[in-house]
Amino acid sequence: MGNEAIAMGAIAAGVNLVAGYPGTPSTEVLETVAKHRPQDTYVEWSINEKTAMEVGAGAAYTGARVMVTMKQVGLNVATDPLMSLEYIGVKGGMVVLVADDPGPISSQTEQDTRHFSRFSKLPCFDPSTVQEAYEMVQDAFEYSEKYRTPVFLRSTTRVSHGYASISVKDEAEYKHNKPEGFIKDTKRWVIFPKLSYQAHINIEARNVELSKVFSSYSKNLLLHEDSKVFPKKGIATGGFNYTYVSEALKALGDVKLLKVSTPHPFPEDLAVKFLKGLDEVICIEELDPVIERELIYIAGKYQLPVKIYGKLTLDVKNSGENSLDSVMANLTKFLGVQPPETAALTEEDKAQMPELPVRPPVLCAGCPHRASFYAVKQAMKGKKTLFAGDIGCYTMGNAMPLDMVDTCLCMGAGLGIAQGVDHIEPDTSCFAFVGDSTFFAAAIPGVINAVYNQANMTLVVLDNSTTAMTGHQPHPGTGQTMMGDVVNKVSIEAILKGIGLEFVETVNPLDYKKSVETVKAAAALPGVKAIIFKSPCIAIVKSDKCLSVNQDKCINCRKCIREIGCPALIIRDERVVIDYSLCTGCGLCSQICPVGAIGGEANE
Amino acid sequence: MSKNIILCGVGGQGTILASKLISSAAMNKGIPVKSAETIGMAQRGGSVFSHIRLGDDVDCPMIASGSADIIIGFEPGETVRMLPYLKKGGQVIVSSRPVMPVTAALAGSNYNGTEMLDYIRNKVEKLIVVDTEQACRELGSAKIVNLLLLGAAVNSGALGLTEEDIRQVILTRIPPKFHELNFKALQYVQ
Repeated sequence: MGNEAIAMGAIAAGVNLVAGYPGTPSTEVLETVAKHRPQDTYVEWSINEKTAMEVGAGAAYTGARVMVTMKQVGLNVATDPLMSLEYIGVKGGMVVLVADDPGPISSQTEQDTRHFSRFSKLPCFDPSTVQEAYEMVQDAFEYSEKYRTPVFLRSTTRVSHGYASISVKDEAEYKHNKPEGFIKDTKRWVIFPKLSYQAHINIEARNVELSKVFSSYSKNLLLHEDSKVFPKKGIATGGFNYTYVSEALKALGDVKLLKVSTPHPFPEDLAVKFLKGLDEVICIEELDPVIERELIYIAGKYQLPVKIYGKLTLDVKNSGENSLDSVMANLTKFLGVQPPETAALTEEDKAQMPELPVRPPVLCAGCPHRASFYAVKQAMKGKKTLFAGDIGCYTMGNAMPLDMVDTCLCMGAGLGIAQGVDHIEPDTSCFAFVGDSTFFAAAIPGVINAVYNQANMTLVVLDNSTTAMTGHQPHPGTGQTMMGDVVNKVSIEAILKGIGLEFVETVNPLDYKKSVETVKAAAALPGVKAIIFKSPCIAIVKSDKCLSVNQDKCINCRKCIREIGCPALIIRDERVVIDYSLCTGCGLCSQICPVGAIGGEANE
Repeated sequence: MSKNIILCGVGGQGTILASKLISSAAMNKGIPVKSAETIGMAQRGGSVFSHIRLGDDVDCPMIASGSADIIIGFEPGETVRMLPYLKKGGQVIVSSRPVMPVTAALAGSNYNGTEMLDYIRNKVEKLIVVDTEQACRELGSAKIVNLLLLGAAVNSGALGLTEEDIRQVILTRIPPKFHELNFKALQYVQ
């Protein structure tokens, strides 16, 4: 996997410390380092990306080689330390691994870290394959150390989550880095306007130099310079899209090609060489038109008579993920050729296709979040409410029939949103739902803010004792670290009481009646109240229980399906049955059934 | 040799393990592998796929439409969704057991996959339909759909891998207590 290759590349580069926060599609990088780390390499899941960046900065000040990992929206959280760190610089090499998510497949935004690198002035490496990711992370450490700056390794989903057979170094070839240690020097490590002014001058000069250096970087490529078939046309691409283009060219023939592996600082000299002699260029890239804008700028600067097509001209779609098919369509149109026809299905066949089942992601069968949402929904029936959601599996509580997520913005935002609505609409009963990992990462300041500013709201912590959405990482509440240590658990209940909340109740959401009563009690009180629904994720505590529907008792009212929408409740031959391969025996449906027809082990 | 293989189904059906077994078996034979799959949010009850590409002359882990040599479908509707990827003369292996989406259950739909299977039968020449429900009952486990379909794919010859190749990776990648069951499933469709 690409993320594993990045991890192994970092280990080969002698990384001393890795810190990060889980987020698809970046998570496996840190996990793989933890699994294969040499004894003296330190790894941690930090509580959020800002903290990870700061831990990384401290280590890099000592001369340690550091990698910090996150997804693209995580970079927003880490922006404050990173922007200043670029001015301060580092002693040990520091690679900031950010995984972007074209589509987006599992993210809130389609933001582009290549843009971010320009904004923050950090150099950026953009691998196109798993093999390149392995090599580039090692290159990135070298450049980082040489130029004393943190650098981005920007990956995208298809590189991070792509698999490939690759060649790797022998352990004997691995680098080993012995940090010199932190040496006090307030002129170097303490940011002040005077230092920042001088640093800014140095950074600008360095980036001009790097643009020249990158023009001869071995992974920035100028290919097919003497295309006979298309002598006046060119294709510019970078990152994973390079593989789409090279696959398409196998069918279409060679076209002059610029592959950009360092989108910032842009390899200007190489780009000029590419543009010279061409009439038309198409830019194939995902997310923002970064290469396209650079080429337009360079064409203007050098007065090159070349037309540049891409996202800005709407010749390439300006949102969503590209595919081999979309790139093939872009290129055949640009080159004026016909793609080869190889498909088994004709257009007529496709038109005859039956209507396909729609499968939005849903909460798993037996997920305790379903029970928590349902309890709040029933307790607040008929009242004016706001249900502010947050980031995690529980965002899927928005799906019908639960329909329990009115808002979702970013990590921890539900707390603030609930307060904002409360201040304008005091007659609305405002709830904020937050998972346990998100609570530690981003929700605590929001709770303090609510208490201090006298908001009326109910905080619902959905505590499933893991970071479920990203694949079950430990967090402060689980009592385990990524180094394998068992540590004291940080108690959510104690934090909330420490902040000054008087109503903090912990309930098992699978106890339906008690859950509803607790919600009603909380909602009736003024001020800030909290309910902690505690029940482990079904993926970490495997259940061998399974319920069944007693068909003699069942009146086929389908209340169970209508009310909770559990994937294990299905209709077969016009009757409700339980899919034995999905049911975990959580018992929520049996507590809802009006005639007690659902039972089995859980009731025994 | 070069092969484009697609596995598709619903999150939780075991497509990822099957894809790992194919990839490992090919790598054991020295064949370069590239692959891509659905990870993350969509895994939870959503439509999932794995693309696997075997061979030297491969740059991209994704497969273009009209170029899959074989589609291994874990669910009839999901197989239809992937059919545009099949190349002319390509092989399809499909499980006859439908998985009803929550949306269909809510709408009171009677989705049972029949319409999907009819369409596949109508459009695909090289087709093997595996009655996985029956097979799971006979073998006494619901968790072996992936090995049943993988076995059918191997025996169709379209995968370019032998039963022995797969047996070898089962021995190294799957806990011993499941070996016998998996071997039985692998041989079930002959």
